[in-house]
Amino acid sequence: MTNPFSIAGKTILVTGATSGIGRATALLCAHMDAHVLAFGRDPQRLDSLLAEMPGEGHRVFSLDLTSPEQWPSVIASLPVIDAFAACAGVASMAPFSFVTREELERVMDTNCFGPVMLVQQLLKAKKLAKGGSVVFVSSVDGPRIVHAGNSLYSASKSALVGMARNMAIDLAGKKIRVNCVLPGTTDTPMIRTGSADEQQLAETAAHLPMKRFADPGEIANAIVFLLSDAASYVNGTELVVDGGTSII
Amino acid sequence: MEMNEFIGNFAELFDDTAPEVFTPDTRFRDLEEWSSFLALAVMAMIKSEYDVAITADEMRSANTVQELFDTVQKYL
Ligand SMILES: NC(=O)c1ccc[n+]([C@@H]2O[C@H](COP(=O)([O-])OP(=O)(O)OC[C@H]3O[C@@H](n4cnc5c(N)ncnc54)[C@H](OP(=O)(O)O)[C@@H]3O)[C@@H](O)[C@H]2O)c1
Repeated sequence: MTNPFSIAGKTILVTGATSGIGRATALLCAHMDAHVLAFGRDPQRLDSLLAEMPGEGHRVFSLDLTSPEQWPSVIASLPVIDAFAACAGVASMAPFSFVTREELERVMDTNCFGPVMLVQQLLKAKKLAKGGSVVFVSSVDGPRIVHAGNSLYSASKSALVGMARNMAIDLAGKKIRVNCVLPGTTDTPMIRTGSADEQQLAETAAHLPMKRFADPGEIANAIVFLLSDAASYVNGTELVVDGGTSII
Repeated sequence: MEMNEFIGNFAELFDDTAPEVFTPDTRFRDLEEWSSFLALAVMAMIKSEYDVAITADEMRSANTVQELFDTVQKYL
Protein backbone atom coordinates (compact mmCIF):
# COMPACT_ATOMS: atom_id res chain seq x y z
CA MET A 1 0.00 0.00 0.00
CA THR A 2 1.30 3.50 -0.80
CA ASN A 3 1.70 5.84 2.13
CA PRO A 4 -0.86 8.69 1.71
CA PHE A 5 1.21 10.90 4.02
CA SER A 6 4.19 10.73 1.69
CA ILE A 7 5.06 13.82 -0.36
CA ALA A 8 8.02 12.16 -2.10
CA GLY A 9 8.43 13.40 -5.67
CA LYS A 10 5.98 16.29 -5.30
CA THR A 11 7.12 19.76 -6.33
CA ILE A 12 6.28 22.13 -3.50
CA LEU A 13 6.54 25.92 -3.49
CA VAL A 14 7.17 27.38 -0.02
CA THR A 15 7.07 31.14 0.63
CA GLY A 16 8.79 32.61 3.69
CA ALA A 17 11.34 29.81 3.39
CA THR A 18 14.19 31.93 4.77
CA SER A 19 12.95 31.90 8.36
CA GLY A 20 10.84 30.29 11.07
CA ILE A 21 7.82 28.23 9.97
CA GLY A 22 8.55 28.51 6.24
CA ARG A 23 12.14 27.37 6.72
CA ALA A 24 11.02 24.41 8.85
CA THR A 25 8.43 23.53 6.16
CA ALA A 26 10.99 23.68 3.34
CA LEU A 27 13.40 21.48 5.30
CA LEU A 28 10.69 18.96 6.22
CA CYS A 29 9.56 18.74 2.57
CA ALA A 30 13.16 18.18 1.47
CA HIS A 31 13.69 15.51 4.16
CA MET A 32 10.52 13.81 2.89
CA ASP A 33 11.95 13.64 -0.65
CA ALA A 34 9.86 16.42 -2.20
CA HIS A 35 11.38 18.95 -4.61
CA VAL A 36 11.31 22.34 -2.95
CA LEU A 37 10.95 25.71 -4.66
CA ALA A 38 11.92 27.99 -1.79
CA PHE A 39 10.78 31.64 -1.91
CA GLY A 40 12.10 34.45 0.29
CA ARG A 41 13.62 37.89 -0.03
CA ASP A 42 17.02 37.50 1.57
CA PRO A 43 19.38 35.85 -0.99
CA GLN A 44 21.98 34.87 1.62
CA ARG A 45 19.49 32.99 3.76
CA LEU A 46 18.04 31.39 0.61
CA ASP A 47 21.50 30.11 -0.30
CA SER A 48 22.13 28.71 3.17
CA LEU A 49 18.74 26.96 3.07
CA LEU A 50 19.60 25.47 -0.32
CA ALA A 51 22.86 24.12 1.10
CA GLU A 52 21.01 22.61 4.07
CA MET A 53 18.17 20.88 2.19
CA PRO A 54 18.89 17.19 1.58
CA GLY A 55 17.87 15.57 -1.71
CA GLU A 56 17.64 16.73 -5.29
CA GLY A 57 15.78 19.21 -7.45
CA HIS A 58 15.47 22.12 -5.02
CA ARG A 59 15.63 25.72 -6.23
CA VAL A 60 15.50 29.08 -4.49
CA PHE A 61 13.87 32.29 -5.70
CA SER A 62 14.05 35.84 -4.40
CA LEU A 63 10.59 37.39 -4.61
CA ASP A 64 8.86 40.17 -2.71
CA LEU A 65 5.17 39.51 -2.10
CA THR A 66 4.47 43.23 -2.12
CA SER A 67 6.02 43.73 -5.59
CA PRO A 68 3.79 41.87 -8.09
CA GLU A 69 5.68 43.41 -11.00
CA GLN A 70 8.56 41.05 -10.11
CA TRP A 71 6.43 37.93 -10.33
CA PRO A 72 5.91 37.14 -14.05
CA SER A 73 9.57 36.43 -14.78
CA VAL A 74 9.87 34.20 -11.70
CA ILE A 75 6.62 32.37 -12.48
CA ALA A 76 7.74 31.79 -16.09
CA SER A 77 10.85 30.02 -14.83
CA LEU A 78 8.93 27.63 -12.54
CA PRO A 79 7.99 24.04 -13.29
CA VAL A 80 4.39 22.93 -12.68
CA ILE A 81 3.91 22.65 -8.92
CA ASP A 82 1.84 20.13 -6.94
CA ALA A 83 1.53 22.11 -3.76
CA PHE A 84 1.90 25.64 -2.43
CA ALA A 85 2.68 26.50 1.19
CA ALA A 86 2.24 30.23 1.86
CA CYS A 87 4.27 30.82 5.02
CA ALA A 88 5.61 34.36 4.51
CA GLY A 89 4.12 37.00 6.75
CA VAL A 90 4.80 40.04 8.89
CA ALA A 91 3.72 41.03 12.38
CA SER A 92 2.70 44.59 13.18
CA MET A 93 1.35 45.94 16.44
CA ALA A 94 -0.23 49.28 17.27
CA PRO A 95 -3.22 50.26 19.38
CA PHE A 96 -6.21 50.86 17.10
CA SER A 97 -6.06 54.65 17.58
CA PHE A 98 -2.60 54.66 15.99
CA VAL A 99 -3.33 52.37 13.05
CA THR A 100 -2.46 54.09 9.78
CA ARG A 101 -3.85 53.25 6.37
CA GLU A 102 -0.28 52.95 5.05
CA GLU A 103 0.64 50.27 7.61
CA LEU A 104 -2.70 48.50 7.15
CA GLU A 105 -2.01 48.31 3.42
CA ARG A 106 1.53 46.98 3.99
CA VAL A 107 0.36 44.23 6.35
CA MET A 108 -2.63 43.30 4.17
CA ASP A 109 -0.40 43.23 1.11
CA THR A 110 2.16 40.86 2.64
CA ASN A 111 -0.13 38.61 4.67
CA CYS A 112 -3.16 38.38 2.39
CA PHE A 113 -3.17 40.07 -1.04
CA GLY A 114 0.34 38.89 -1.97
CA PRO A 115 -0.03 35.15 -1.31
CA VAL A 116 -3.58 35.04 -2.68
CA MET A 117 -2.75 36.84 -5.93
CA LEU A 118 0.39 34.74 -6.34
CA VAL A 119 -1.82 31.63 -6.38
CA GLN A 120 -4.01 33.29 -9.00
CA GLN A 121 -0.98 34.10 -11.15
CA LEU A 122 0.25 30.49 -10.86
CA LEU A 123 -3.17 29.27 -12.00
CA LYS A 124 -3.23 31.66 -14.96
CA ALA A 125 0.24 30.46 -15.98
CA LYS A 126 -0.97 26.85 -15.64
CA LYS A 127 1.73 26.20 -13.06
CA LEU A 128 -0.55 24.69 -10.41
CA ALA A 129 -1.31 21.03 -11.14
CA LYS A 130 -4.79 19.47 -11.00
CA GLY A 131 -5.10 17.60 -7.72
CA GLY A 132 -2.86 20.24 -6.13
CA SER A 133 -3.01 21.62 -2.63
CA VAL A 134 -2.69 25.18 -1.36
CA VAL A 135 -2.00 25.86 2.32
CA PHE A 136 -2.06 29.38 3.73
CA VAL A 137 -0.50 29.99 7.11
CA SER A 138 -2.98 32.26 8.87
CA SER A 139 -3.01 32.47 12.69
CA VAL A 140 -5.31 31.90 15.63
CA ASP A 141 -4.91 35.67 16.10
CA GLY A 142 -7.80 37.12 14.14
CA PRO A 143 -9.81 34.07 13.09
CA ARG A 144 -10.08 32.62 16.64
CA ILE A 145 -8.73 34.99 19.30
CA VAL A 146 -7.52 38.57 19.61
CA HIS A 147 -4.81 40.39 21.52
CA ALA A 148 -4.81 44.06 22.46
CA GLY A 149 -2.93 46.14 19.90
CA ASN A 150 -2.96 43.44 17.21
CA SER A 151 -5.75 44.69 14.93
CA LEU A 152 -3.56 45.14 11.82
CA TYR A 153 -2.28 41.57 11.92
CA SER A 154 -5.63 40.05 12.99
CA ALA A 155 -7.44 41.74 10.13
CA SER A 156 -4.96 40.40 7.58
CA LYS A 157 -5.12 36.84 8.94
CA SER A 158 -8.95 36.87 9.11
CA ALA A 159 -9.17 38.17 5.54
CA LEU A 160 -6.85 35.37 4.45
CA VAL A 161 -9.13 32.73 5.99
CA GLY A 162 -12.18 34.28 4.33
CA MET A 163 -10.46 34.25 0.95
CA ALA A 164 -9.14 30.69 1.40
CA ARG A 165 -12.60 29.29 2.18
CA ASN A 166 -14.00 30.81 -0.98
CA MET A 167 -11.02 29.73 -3.08
CA ALA A 168 -11.61 26.19 -1.82
CA ILE A 169 -15.07 26.23 -3.38
CA ASP A 170 -14.10 28.05 -6.56
CA LEU A 171 -11.12 25.78 -7.24
CA ALA A 172 -12.76 22.48 -6.25
CA GLY A 173 -13.68 21.91 -9.91
CA LYS A 174 -9.97 21.97 -10.75
CA LYS A 175 -9.43 19.45 -7.92
CA ILE A 176 -7.25 21.97 -6.11
CA ARG A 177 -7.74 21.99 -2.34
CA VAL A 178 -7.26 25.16 -0.30
CA ASN A 179 -6.84 25.13 3.47
CA CYS A 180 -5.36 27.22 6.26
CA VAL A 181 -3.14 26.36 9.20
CA LEU A 182 -3.75 28.54 12.26
CA PRO A 183 -0.68 28.44 14.51
CA GLY A 184 -0.59 29.72 18.05
CA THR A 185 2.52 31.55 19.20
CA THR A 186 5.50 29.80 17.62
CA ASP A 187 9.14 30.17 18.61
CA THR A 188 10.52 32.02 15.57
CA PRO A 189 12.25 35.38 14.98
CA MET A 190 8.78 36.92 14.49
CA ILE A 191 7.90 36.80 18.19
CA ARG A 192 11.10 38.73 18.96
CA THR A 193 10.15 41.70 16.78
CA GLY A 194 7.65 43.06 19.33
CA SER A 195 8.12 44.84 22.63
CA ALA A 196 8.39 41.69 24.80
CA ASP A 197 11.81 40.66 26.15
CA GLU A 198 12.92 37.05 26.78
CA GLN A 199 11.63 37.09 30.35
CA GLN A 200 8.18 38.32 29.29
CA LEU A 201 8.09 35.70 26.53
CA ALA A 202 8.93 32.98 29.06
CA GLU A 203 6.16 34.23 31.38
CA THR A 204 3.66 34.21 28.50
CA ALA A 205 4.68 30.68 27.54
CA ALA A 206 4.32 29.48 31.14
CA HIS A 207 0.64 30.52 31.12
CA LEU A 208 -0.21 28.46 28.02
CA PRO A 209 -1.93 25.07 28.44
CA MET A 210 1.20 23.20 27.31
CA LYS A 211 3.51 25.67 29.10
CA ARG A 212 5.47 26.41 25.94
CA PHE A 213 5.23 27.96 22.49
CA ALA A 214 5.02 25.78 19.37
CA ASP A 215 8.21 24.72 17.67
CA PRO A 216 8.23 25.75 13.96
CA GLY A 217 8.62 22.06 13.05
CA GLU A 218 5.28 21.31 14.72
CA ILE A 219 3.54 23.82 12.44
CA ALA A 220 5.41 22.39 9.44
CA ASN A 221 4.01 18.93 10.27
CA ALA A 222 0.45 20.26 10.01
CA ILE A 223 1.23 22.08 6.76
CA VAL A 224 2.73 18.97 5.21
CA PHE A 225 -0.31 16.90 6.22
CA LEU A 226 -2.58 19.32 4.31
CA LEU A 227 -0.18 19.32 1.35
CA SER A 228 -0.18 15.52 1.22
CA ASP A 229 -2.71 13.12 -0.31
CA ALA A 230 -3.63 12.04 3.22
CA ALA A 231 -5.73 15.24 3.27
CA SER A 232 -7.36 14.52 -0.11
CA TYR A 233 -10.88 15.28 1.19
CA VAL A 234 -9.85 18.14 3.49
CA ASN A 235 -10.91 21.36 1.78
CA GLY A 236 -11.78 24.89 2.91
CA THR A 237 -10.93 24.29 6.53
CA GLU A 238 -8.68 25.69 9.23
CA LEU A 239 -6.34 23.43 11.16
CA VAL A 240 -5.61 25.04 14.53
CA VAL A 241 -2.17 24.16 15.92
CA ASP A 242 -1.96 26.10 19.16
CA GLY A 243 -1.53 23.57 21.98
CA GLY A 244 -5.10 24.29 23.12
CA THR A 245 -4.57 28.01 23.70
CA SER A 246 -7.63 29.24 21.81
CA ILE A 247 -10.16 26.98 23.53
CA ILE A 248 -9.62 28.33 27.04
CA MET B 1 10.07 69.03 21.32
CA GLU B 2 8.68 70.53 24.51
CA MET B 3 8.54 68.56 27.75
CA ASN B 4 5.06 69.89 28.60
CA GLU B 5 3.68 68.87 25.26
CA PHE B 6 5.39 65.44 25.55
CA ILE B 7 3.84 64.94 29.00
CA GLY B 8 0.43 65.91 27.58
CA ASN B 9 0.71 63.35 24.79
CA PHE B 10 1.95 60.74 27.24
CA ALA B 11 -0.85 61.41 29.76
CA GLU B 12 -3.50 61.19 27.07
CA LEU B 13 -2.71 57.49 26.56
CA PHE B 14 -3.96 56.70 30.06
CA ASP B 15 -7.69 56.20 30.66
CA ASP B 16 -7.75 55.99 34.46
CA THR B 17 -4.76 58.04 35.62
CA ALA B 18 -5.31 61.78 36.13
CA PRO B 19 -3.17 64.02 33.87
CA GLU B 20 -1.87 65.93 36.93
CA VAL B 21 -0.04 62.80 38.07
CA PHE B 22 2.50 63.14 35.27
CA THR B 23 5.79 65.02 35.75
CA PRO B 24 9.24 64.41 34.26
CA ASP B 25 10.06 62.29 37.34
CA THR B 26 6.99 60.05 37.16
CA ARG B 27 8.02 56.40 37.30
CA PHE B 28 5.32 55.26 34.92
CA ARG B 29 5.94 51.54 35.43
CA ASP B 30 4.80 51.94 39.05
CA LEU B 31 1.39 53.32 38.02
CA GLU B 32 -1.49 50.93 38.60
CA GLU B 33 -2.71 51.38 35.03
CA TRP B 34 0.65 50.59 33.42
CA SER B 35 0.60 47.54 31.09
CA SER B 36 2.36 46.06 28.09
CA PHE B 37 -0.47 47.50 25.98
CA LEU B 38 0.42 50.99 27.23
CA ALA B 39 4.07 50.36 26.32
CA LEU B 40 2.86 49.66 22.78
CA ALA B 41 0.69 52.79 22.87
CA VAL B 42 3.66 54.93 24.01
CA MET B 43 5.80 53.64 21.13
CA ALA B 44 2.97 54.27 18.65
CA MET B 45 2.35 57.79 20.05
CA ILE B 46 6.06 58.66 19.69
CA LYS B 47 6.04 57.41 16.09
CA SER B 48 2.88 59.29 15.21
CA GLU B 49 3.65 62.59 17.03
CA TYR B 50 7.43 62.81 16.54
CA ASP B 51 8.07 60.41 13.65
CA VAL B 52 10.60 58.57 15.82
CA ALA B 53 10.63 54.78 16.03
CA ILE B 54 12.18 53.95 19.40
CA THR B 55 13.23 50.32 19.77
CA ALA B 56 11.62 47.83 22.12
CA ASP B 57 14.88 47.78 24.09
CA GLU B 58 14.80 51.57 24.48
CA MET B 59 11.18 51.39 25.64
CA ARG B 60 12.08 48.71 28.16
CA SER B 61 15.03 50.61 29.59
CA ALA B 62 13.15 53.87 30.21
CA ASN B 63 11.55 54.16 33.64
CA THR B 64 10.70 57.84 34.00
CA VAL B 65 9.00 60.27 31.62
CA GLN B 66 12.27 62.24 31.50
CA GLU B 67 14.23 59.16 30.39
CA LEU B 68 11.72 58.50 27.64
CA PHE B 69 11.83 62.17 26.58
CA ASP B 70 15.65 61.99 26.39
CA THR B 71 15.46 58.84 24.27
CA VAL B 72 13.17 60.55 21.77
CA GLN B 73 15.24 63.75 21.86
CA LYS B 74 18.30 61.76 20.75
CA TYR B 75 16.64 61.13 17.39
CA LEU B 76 15.43 64.69 16.74
N1 LIG C 1 5.58 32.97 15.00
C1 LIG C 1 4.33 32.97 15.43
O1 LIG C 1 4.06 33.05 16.62
C2 LIG C 1 3.18 32.84 14.44
C3 LIG C 1 1.91 32.54 14.94
C4 LIG C 1 0.84 32.42 14.05
C5 LIG C 1 1.06 32.59 12.70
N2 LIG C 1 2.31 32.90 12.25
C6 LIG C 1 2.47 33.07 10.80
O2 LIG C 1 3.38 32.12 10.32
C7 LIG C 1 4.05 32.63 9.17
C8 LIG C 1 5.55 32.47 9.36
O3 LIG C 1 5.93 33.25 10.48
P1 LIG C 1 7.32 33.08 11.24
O4 LIG C 1 7.02 33.16 12.67
O5 LIG C 1 8.03 31.93 10.69
O6 LIG C 1 8.01 34.47 10.81
P2 LIG C 1 9.50 34.89 10.47
O7 LIG C 1 10.47 33.97 11.11
O8 LIG C 1 9.57 36.34 10.77
O9 LIG C 1 9.57 34.68 8.87
C9 LIG C 1 8.82 35.47 8.02
C10 LIG C 1 9.12 35.07 6.60
O10 LIG C 1 8.28 35.85 5.72
C11 LIG C 1 9.09 36.38 4.69
N3 LIG C 1 8.54 37.67 4.24
C12 LIG C 1 8.18 38.72 5.01
N4 LIG C 1 7.78 39.73 4.24
C13 LIG C 1 7.86 39.32 2.95
C14 LIG C 1 7.59 39.91 1.69
N5 LIG C 1 7.13 41.16 1.59
N6 LIG C 1 7.80 39.18 0.57
C15 LIG C 1 8.28 37.92 0.64
N7 LIG C 1 8.57 37.30 1.81
C16 LIG C 1 8.36 38.00 2.95
C17 LIG C 1 10.47 36.52 5.28
O11 LIG C 1 11.39 36.52 4.23
P3 LIG C 1 12.83 37.31 4.30
O12 LIG C 1 13.31 37.16 5.71
O13 LIG C 1 13.68 36.58 3.31
O14 LIG C 1 12.56 38.70 3.96
C18 LIG C 1 10.54 35.29 6.17
O15 LIG C 1 10.98 34.19 5.41
C19 LIG C 1 3.61 34.08 9.02
O16 LIG C 1 2.58 34.17 8.07
C20 LIG C 1 3.07 34.40 10.40
O17 LIG C 1 2.12 35.43 10.36
C21 LIG C 1 3.39 33.01 13.08
